[in-house]
Amino acid sequence: MNWLSEYVRPKIRTLLGRREIPDHLWHQCPSCQQMIFERDLERGLKVCPHCGHHMRASAAERLAWTLDDGGTRIELPKVPADPLRFRDTKRYADRLKEAREKTHLPDALLVAHGTIAGHKAVVAAMAFEFMGGSMGAAVGEGILAAAQLAVLQAAPLIVYTASGGARMQEGAISLMQMPRTVIATRLVKEAGLPFISVLTDPTTGGVTASFAMLGDIQIAEPGALIGFAGARVIEQTVREKLPEGFQRAEYLLAHGILDAVVPRPEMKATLARLISLLTLKDAA
Amino acid sequence: MRHFLDFEKSIAELESKIDELRRMSEADGINIAEEVARLTEKADRQLRTTYARLSPWQKAQVARHPERPRATDYLAALITEFTPLAGDRACADDAAVLGGLGRFRGRAVLAIGTERGNDTESRVRHNFGMSRPEGYRKARRLIELAGRFGLPVLTFVDTSGAFPGIEAEARGQAEAIARAIEACLEAPVPIIATIIGEGGSGGAIALAAGDVVLMLEHAIYSVISPEGCASILWRDAGEAQAAAEALKLTADDLKRLELIDQVIAEPLGGAHRDRESVLLAVAEAIAEALPPLLALEPVALKARRREKFLAMGRLAPV
Ligand SMILES: [Zn+2]
Repeated sequence: MNWLSEYVRPKIRTLLGRREIPDHLWHQCPSCQQMIFERDLERGLKVCPHCGHHMRASAAERLAWTLDDGGTRIELPKVPADPLRFRDTKRYADRLKEAREKTHLPDALLVAHGTIAGHKAVVAAMAFEFMGGSMGAAVGEGILAAAQLAVLQAAPLIVYTASGGARMQEGAISLMQMPRTVIATRLVKEAGLPFISVLTDPTTGGVTASFAMLGDIQIAEPGALIGFAGARVIEQTVREKLPEGFQRAEYLLAHGILDAVVPRPEMKATLARLISLLTLKDAA
Repeated sequence: MRHFLDFEKSIAELESKIDELRRMSEADGINIAEEVARLTEKADRQLRTTYARLSPWQKAQVARHPERPRATDYLAALITEFTPLAGDRACADDAAVLGGLGRFRGRAVLAIGTERGNDTESRVRHNFGMSRPEGYRKARRLIELAGRFGLPVLTFVDTSGAFPGIEAEARGQAEAIARAIEACLEAPVPIIATIIGEGGSGGAIALAAGDVVLMLEHAIYSVISPEGCASILWRDAGEAQAAAEALKLTADDLKRLELIDQVIAEPLGGAHRDRESVLLAVAEAIAEALPPLLALEPVALKARRREKFLAMGRLAPV
């Protein structure tokens, strides 16, 4: 329990009145609605100290939380920009530009190498904050680059997934990232290296139906939404109410699709232990 | 009674007029040959101009035409001694994915097709061609079987996509698709995929990560249906026509993007107007594609297949 938000916060509120509290210092948990002090939220890896809700995290945070000293980011291969000259209500080229300005990311994936509690590893993290983490050629090439780097360094590959699915604006090119990322997983496995898939909220569509589900080990964060089809599409198709907890990490665990559901504060230690057990036969 | 699409209205009128004249001449013995010939020529001309510039959305309609030859037609016409094999060995047999052993022009092969049915009863039985995890797991099992016995794999893809259902998700739809893609990529035998109607998203690529991907002229192949894309990006399913344009989902588009290997021409007015000729054209294309693949060692074959997919959508070297 957090004394600050439980006790001090209401007090401040009575003393100062609601509007005088600087908003950026406080966050409301989307699950339990309680207020959380910014510093506590960061220190707690964006897990609600009241209810344990795992809030969405950025790709940069994933790398920082996983690799010792954040690791070393690698530059990912360039891909053709807007190969279809796609335009819906907005031009894809403009959407890309906006997403880049907003997130300061080149596309929806970051890759870094370094160590996890001393064990060398390559870590790729999808950025849901960049166009919903959608997978186009840039993400596909990035996953391939991460796999090739892992092979080169004889290091395990860890991928944090977070994606609404394929990047529709790249049409069938985005569809082809499914076989391409499957090949990436094969490269790592054929080199005798572990590929660990960490599924975070949300992971759906073409990402789930390709590399995300091919981990030697598949871990998810508590409460993460993971599935192939969207809930709305399923509801419209089967005209049934979806069961409680449908497509959540715990539901997938119960249905045999995941190895484990691991809370965020334990993730790094869990990954380090898994790498050690899979790659160090004798740690004596 | 032929099923006409919206944009074929004037052709439908002409053809019904021709039928009418023929019936009259049979009944009354009047010689109307000249008039019939004139109208037939006119109908043909209209068909030709209409089909020469079908919009992507119109192609989507042709691809989904209820009389279009389906996977079962290709299996029946191209595969002799067809011996269906069922089941995923875990849960069920999925009738949306048909598969079995047989011979293609004398050579033993393994054939797989997504079947959507052609009337209410068969559509329900085949779940409208939307596979559940069991279908992809069956496909994977059969592809592995083919690999063990050195049999080429021929797939015929016609699906709006994987089935979006509660049990499908509970039994690991995503994993089943991923493993089917992997099975295609890992097969030590040639895989020739033909997109015969609708190549819908993950449900299609699960059976189409092949050495050679053929596609019928009016088939479509896309990451999402035009309707689905429109409702997400335009927030209006009515914009499906615009979405079909934007998605670049026609055979010509995919060939230009180098995502498929060959476009197979369809008879005038679409595959449903001359089933025999389209079945033969597909058989010829497969017969042509197969020998060079059979000449490759399994290791070289697999490496070539990987390289092909790895090259897709990459920045061209400067
Ligand atoms: Zn909370």
